[in-house]
Amino acid sequence: MHKLLNDSPGEEIMLLGNESIARGAIEAGVAFATTYPGTPSSEISLNLWQMSQETDLYFEYSTNEKVALEVAAAAAIAGVRTMCMMKHVGLNVAADPLMTLAYLGIEGGLVVLTADDPFMFSSQNEQDNRYYGKLGGLPVLEPSSVREAKEMTKYAFELSEKVGEPVILRTTTRINHSSAFVDLGAMNKRITKGDFTRDPSRWVTVPAVARNLHVKLLENLDKTLAISEDCKENFVEGEGKLGVICNGVSYLYVADAVKDLKLEGKVKILRIGLSNPLPAKMIKQFVGSCDKVLIAEEGEPFMEEAVKAFAQEEGITISIAGKSEELFSRLYEYNPGLVREKMALFFGFDYTPAKNISTANFPEIPQRPPNLCSGCSHRATFYELQEAAKGMDLICPTDIGCYTLGFLPPLNTGDLVICMGASISSACGFSEVTDKKIVPIIGDSTFFHSGMTGLVNAIFNNHNLTLVILENGITAMTGHQPHPGVDMDSLNFKGYNRVSIEKIVRSMGVEHVTLIKPFKVKKSIEQIKEALDFKGVSVIISQEPCAIMLKNLKTRKLRPFQITDKCTNVRECINSIACPSFFIENDRVKIDPTTCVGCAVCAQICPENAIVPLKQ
Amino acid sequence: METTRLIIVAVGGQGNLLASKVLGEAALISGVPIRMSEIHGMAQRGGIVESSIVFGDAESPLITDGEADVLLGFEPSETLRALPRCSKNTKVVTNIAPLPPFTVAIGLGVYPDIEEMKKIIKQETASFLAIDAMKLAKEAGSPLTMNIVLLGALLKSKGIAFFTKEKMEEAIKRVTKPAFTEMNLKAFNLGFSVEA
Repeated sequence: MHKLLNDSPGEEIMLLGNESIARGAIEAGVAFATTYPGTPSSEISLNLWQMSQETDLYFEYSTNEKVALEVAAAAAIAGVRTMCMMKHVGLNVAADPLMTLAYLGIEGGLVVLTADDPFMFSSQNEQDNRYYGKLGGLPVLEPSSVREAKEMTKYAFELSEKVGEPVILRTTTRINHSSAFVDLGAMNKRITKGDFTRDPSRWVTVPAVARNLHVKLLENLDKTLAISEDCKENFVEGEGKLGVICNGVSYLYVADAVKDLKLEGKVKILRIGLSNPLPAKMIKQFVGSCDKVLIAEEGEPFMEEAVKAFAQEEGITISIAGKSEELFSRLYEYNPGLVREKMALFFGFDYTPAKNISTANFPEIPQRPPNLCSGCSHRATFYELQEAAKGMDLICPTDIGCYTLGFLPPLNTGDLVICMGASISSACGFSEVTDKKIVPIIGDSTFFHSGMTGLVNAIFNNHNLTLVILENGITAMTGHQPHPGVDMDSLNFKGYNRVSIEKIVRSMGVEHVTLIKPFKVKKSIEQIKEALDFKGVSVIISQEPCAIMLKNLKTRKLRPFQITDKCTNVRECINSIACPSFFIENDRVKIDPTTCVGCAVCAQICPENAIVPLKQ
Repeated sequence: METTRLIIVAVGGQGNLLASKVLGEAALISGVPIRMSEIHGMAQRGGIVESSIVFGDAESPLITDGEADVLLGFEPSETLRALPRCSKNTKVVTNIAPLPPFTVAIGLGVYPDIEEMKKIIKQETASFLAIDAMKLAKEAGSPLTMNIVLLGALLKSKGIAFFTKEKMEEAIKRVTKPAFTEMNLKAFNLGFSVEA
């Protein structure tokens, strides 16, 4: 049995924040869940997927976040408790349905989880998704701890049903990827079937209907405001004439700072957990009872601007501060020491920060960036592309996935990253305004997510580009989730269909389609050359399963290689592909037999034929 | 309970998440409050994996630079890189078997001299325990037990003195796969028997 299906309320277990959220959803009786995977949200959906295999919970990996939210919307409109989860930038993709879904409202509780990533541990930006609540007129809940994440997820379903709107549950990486002990609660029964009664004047958002729906949305927002003024998610803690208003994980840092600086009796805290709409009365009262107020919130001054406006309405003129050069930044994530220091500075208490060790006299430490794995087929494809394009001036707009790492030397393949799917569409632009050869690169999951529309655009507008689709049979970067091109039967999952990328590309009308097996180096280079020479849209589909997936499935026998005495230290292997299985010992290149999977790419490019299978 | 802040740094694949799990289980058995935070997005792709573990009465799962009480390093150059997380009061335990990053192999950096790294860490911190955890792990039966060897050394260094040896062993039994429990217990004891 899945550990999150443990039916012994009161038991305390160690959970990851994302497991805590998944358990909260299960306790709430979530019956329908959709997602497109994305760090730091991925373990929530992974756990729900696993549990769906043991229960009547419906779960799907949808093709992208917009699709996921639209699938989820129908389930919630039909009255079923539904969750839809994604990373913060995923909500940009799903923003279109979200804004109008707010007008429509829902019947069964709908929780839309957005996992924000301050500091961009694994993201291309650190946008603050609380603004989606404001933009859409939707309630936003923000837990401060792993423990609270479960309770708040449960509450999010109740709140959603109470006000008839989807609720945005906003986390940050430090909630998703922290662990703590969590008390298990009782599990509600799942109600998996709903119904939908036709009523066009209620559900068909033509202008005449939408005008009425906007009125209803504002009424619902007022209902949420009343709840925001009087809910356990927004609370005041401690006493004193100095105030701190905070949210999310910052609350923990503030609470620790009050203790560490011995400010009990001097500083009180207003913790905001329901942050849209903000509790105006509560904030006005709090600010009115303080001599000074500091706002500790990572990201944008979402609360700060509102608090200052509330104070203005009340004619309160005390000092209210948050983001400034001396105090908090809009950049990156906060930490306990930083919050302690800024509280001491703003309130005028003595504080000497811990003195950390200076690295001034350290020897230089070599960087350790993440790298494509040993035996990763992307490495082979990138090497072959660069060989085939020798003498050509390339621009390679790339996309979001493991293969983004191809930008690193020595592969140097990847020149622009915007967002999911942008490789192909940005290639269209480059092909018109530059005279260079444009080679966009995209993974299979990302192609289904939002690459297909870009390709149709390239074909229709007759752009000149060679698209490389890296088909490794899984969504690798986020932890091996399925996508429509995955052979689910081979993974022992029944009831799925497989969508062929090759057939899609051909049926779209691409005239020059090339399938390559990237571990056949010479042949692949020849094939890529031909595709690059084609005028118009040509597509190369590089087919080889993800090396980690094969390792995990244990379906292919590993066949490590070694470097023999024939080696004269030319180092073509290291200089051109730099597989992490190579290491230098006594100035000679060696292969680590415990990590080499035997792709044999290095053996094929070695000019001395010095790389051969290890005899076992 | 007074707060102890522990940082574990490792390279993806060295098993520091399992080590954190053992410490979490030991905390549960011992009734020690614990909060952990991990950055593991790129773990499988050879990047750096860092865990912050806060024992005792604190709410935050995160540790500010200069505020680590204990640093456990799985790789010597990563231990050195993490020293800004420490102060002169920090206890450091590290494996000294190097795992050079691929940037060294392609000539984008030079791996620092082990003896020089040891000298610096010793000089800058309150106590320093350096062991060849890889050698001990192989002695225990598998290189994969290196993480558990290091937990033994960590306990020996008095970095986590609120745990008894018995509770740690119980946690290892509960967390590791039954087939490897004996091997892991041996690894733990080899780590624990190093000279501190």
